Amino acid sequence: MGGCGMNQDGMSVIVRTVTRFIYGLILVFGFYVIMHGHLTPGGGFQGGAVVASAFALLLVALGTAGVKGHLNKHLLQSLEEVGALAFLGLAFAGIGTAFFYNLLANTGGGFFGVGVPAGPNAGVLNAGGLVPLMNWAVGLKVMTGIACIVIVMLVGARKEGTE
Amino acid sequence: MRKALLLVCFLFVTAFLLLAATSTRPFGTPNEAAMDDYFIANAQGEIAVNNVVTAVVFDYRGFDTLGEATVLFTAVISVLALFRKRREDEQWGGAA
Amino acid sequence: MNVGNFPFVIAALLVVFGLYALLFKRNLIKMVIGVSLVETGVNLFLVMLGYRSDGAAPIYTYANAGERMVLPTPQALTLTSIVIGLATTALLLSFAVFVHGHYGTLDVRKIKELRG
Repeated sequence: MGGCGMNQDGMSVIVRTVTRFIYGLILVFGFYVIMHGHLTPGGGFQGGAVVASAFALLLVALGTAGVKGHLNKHLLQSLEEVGALAFLGLAFAGIGTAFFYNLLANTGGGFFGVGVPAGPNAGVLNAGGLVPLMNWAVGLKVMTGIACIVIVMLVGARKEGTE
Repeated sequence: MRKALLLVCFLFVTAFLLLAATSTRPFGTPNEAAMDDYFIANAQGEIAVNNVVTAVVFDYRGFDTLGEATVLFTAVISVLALFRKRREDEQWGGAA
Repeated sequence: MNVGNFPFVIAALLVVFGLYALLFKRNLIKMVIGVSLVETGVNLFLVMLGYRSDGAAPIYTYANAGERMVLPTPQALTLTSIVIGLATTALLLSFAVFVHGHYGTLDVRKIKELRG
């Protein structure tokens, strides 16, 4: 089991250098896909998967010992629960009218309340009501959930294999 | 004997799937599109987003997204519970 | 250009390959790959159901004026299906790790006897 690369040291120097350079770029791209989910193809689930792939790259390149300083498993678990509860709370925000009622849409220019002109246009970021907030909640949930699964399976598989 | 029976069943299922795939409607002609035409026409007015798929996922069909978030949460909690350290096995075995 | 039913045959072929991997392979990881192939074929079939001839993506940002759009609802429900497939695959692989830790092998013909 020593030659598969999934050990304490990670992979070679070239891989580790490139990972340190490209990790921030993947994170920025993932947050861009989550933020612009109501304008371009993408959204919470897709952007969360992109950011989770950045975390998986960090885990594969640095090894389980090198990642202990970068990713905290208990913080990721708490953030996942926060994301799930935030999505549920946003669904209950418009309970005065209906469940999942969009409270902030078309309210005239406040927090995500600008109206959108009909037909093809260039995209208004400040629009959408509760939809961008739901994108962030779901994106946080997906990225931290998949990162938790990958970390736990990698650390647990090594222990199970050597018992 | 068992391999031959397995092969016959697999070929039967393959033939059934290919026959079903060739007897559907031609590619590009959906049957009933009235609900989706309403979504495409009214998503910018009611929800103020440009992406009609996001409007369907988070607003018109938000209940399905709530169920999916629950499934994802359950899967993550189950994997975390499976890989827990078993330090309390001696306590349970001694008490029972 | 009339393609008839050819894209649906491709989705059915993906399901057939997944079923082959699930039935005729003995390694647990290869069977998990077969399950994943079946789910991929079904998701592809769901997305193909909502296509309209000469249609564009249902997004109004920088779209051409007066164009037909494809149906958005099958795409939204395929998103749910992909996430559920991820949850299933994660749990299947966790069970494969535990089987390997308990029996020492991943061959399904050798893990039939119960062992304490």
